[in-house]
Parts: sequence; structure tokens; C-alpha cells
Amino acid sequence: MSSLNKSLLIPLIVFILLVITLGVGFSLKDPHILPSELIDRPFPEFEAAELHDTDRTLTREDLKGEVSLVNVWATWCPNCVLEHPELLRISKEEGVPLYGVNYNDEVNKAQAWLRRYENPFVFNIVDDNGKLGIDLGVYGAPETFILDSEGVIQYKHVGPVSRNVFDTEMKPVIEQLKANKLAAQTAGVDLK
Amino acid sequence: MTRISLLFLTVVMFLQPMTVVAAIDAYSFPDEAMRKRYNSLIDELRCPQCLNTNLAGSDSMISKDLRREVHRLVLEGKSDEEVRDFMQQRYGDFILYNPQVKGSTYVLWFGPVVLFLVAVAVLFRLVNRRSDATSNKALSDDDQDRLNRLLSK
Repeated sequence: MSSLNKSLLIPLIVFILLVITLGVGFSLKDPHILPSELIDRPFPEFEAAELHDTDRTLTREDLKGEVSLVNVWATWCPNCVLEHPELLRISKEEGVPLYGVNYNDEVNKAQAWLRRYENPFVFNIVDDNGKLGIDLGVYGAPETFILDSEGVIQYKHVGPVSRNVFDTEMKPVIEQLKANKLAAQTAGVDLK
Repeated sequence: MTRISLLFLTVVMFLQPMTVVAAIDAYSFPDEAMRKRYNSLIDELRCPQCLNTNLAGSDSMISKDLRREVHRLVLEGKSDEEVRDFMQQRYGDFILYNPQVKGSTYVLWFGPVVLFLVAVAVLFRLVNRRSDATSNKALSDDDQDRLNRLLSK
């Protein structure tokens, strides 16, 4: 009799294991968010026009020198409007340069969009055919990257940046990178 | 319909490649072999934005861009492997419907085999136990009498 009871428990145990596996699998992370392959890799090489000064050619050298944020945005992207106030705040208050990649868009529309919503970007890389976006592994907009002062990608956020996301996830990374840079500089000075 | 033809039909249905083709880009290729390679590549690469669609079956902007890239890479003479690497470097394993065999994908590749073996083992045990049980007398004498009466009616 007791062996019968035990075997009756097996489906229950299997069921509980299934619930736990599925529960964890579905709740741990949004399946839309893919791990970025680009972390710790240099920002991809590119050569592209600047949105407001189309004669100017930008390359990845323009992204080096300081810890910076690179935001991939487009006028067709509703979440870009949503996150825009936070980008404006970051550009004013956080002391970190914010560069834009205008992804799969039209220059005229993008210029008008920035006039309407205000421009938080130091400059904007025109990526009208989405080529740079592909090299960045972008699969939707907005996406925001943190680069160190050498132009190496250190962090990627997919989806709109909110105050909460910035404070809890991005700011610590930025501060760590700035501290690293400072440490490297003082070490360099000491050597001299 | 006979059972055999029904079975045959079921097998044939599962053999069909389950693809939907939404792409209608007018890409030209210098030869038919390249077109075939392009088609099979966009068939086996997954759209990074949509969870369960390949590049061929998706109308999203990113799929359109990636099809254009595949076309470009094929025309540049890149091998299928190089195209897959290009995509994987940017979008990770997610983009491959046939992920490589490596540490993080062992469960994916061998999990089903392990589960199957476990299922077979469980099945054997159950069958053994059942055959033990049926070798004993299944009905009491009274029940057997009753059954006989009912059957002879």
C-alpha cells in the first residue's frame, strides 16, 4: 500500500518541478531582451554624417576620450519619445556626454523631431540604412550603450531609459568607469 | 480512409518545412546557387526582434535590414559559415535556429535525449510491474462467477 502511495506522489513531484522550472524561466527575464554580444568589444567602426552638419564625417574616434552614453533612437520609435525627458535630464545633470545614433530614419524628420522635443545629444550619427545598427546588434530602438573612455562598450540597455533604470543600473557603471579612468590617469602621473 | 494512408498523410504533413515566407524583397543574384544559399540562410536565421520567426518570415524592419545584409554578404562571396558568424557576433546565439554545440547549449542538444532515456526507463519499469500484477489472479472467485454469468446471458 505504501509503495502505491509513493508512486502516486510522482506526478505531483513532476508537476511541482515543472511549475518551478517554468515559473523561473518565464519570470527571470524578458525573453525579448537578448544578451549583448558586444560587451567588452570596441564600438564598431563606422563613417557617417552628423545629423545637423551633414558635411561633417563622424568615426568611432569621435566617441573616445570620455566615458559616454550612446543612444540609438528614431522618429518612428514611440519609446524614444517616452524616454526623451530622461535623456534631457541626463544631458543636463549627469555630466556624461550623450551621443545619438539616428537609426533607420530620415534626416529631415529627425531634425524636426529634435526641434520639437529638444536635443540632448552632443552630436548624432546618421545611420539612415541601419548598417551601424546591425554592427551594434540593435534589434529595436531605443537602445543605450555605455562606452568607456577608450570607446569600448561596457554596458547595454534595451528599451527606454527611465530615471530608475539610470540610477540603479547605469549610474553605477558610469561611476565605476570614471573611477577607473581617474585611477589610470593618476597611475600614469605617478610613473612620470 | 485506411489507417495506413492516414499514417502516411500524418508523416508527410510533418515532413513539410514549417515556414511562412513574408519576404518579397526583389534581390537579384548572379546565379541560382547564390539565390538558393540566400534563401536557405534567411530560412535558418531567426529574427532578433520577434521571438519565433525566421528572417524570411518576418516583415519587421530589423529582418528587412538583416536580409539586406545577408544578400550583401552572399554577393561578396562569404561562405554560409561566415554569414552565420557575422550574425552571431552581433546578435548572439539567439539568431541561430541551429545553435552550436558548446557548454551553454548542452542541455538544449542533449536534454531531449536524456529525457527520452528516462522516459524509456520509466516505461520499462511500469510495464514490468504491470506484467507482474497481471500474472496474479485478477478477479476474486465471486467476481469471476459473476462475470461468467453475465457473459453467458
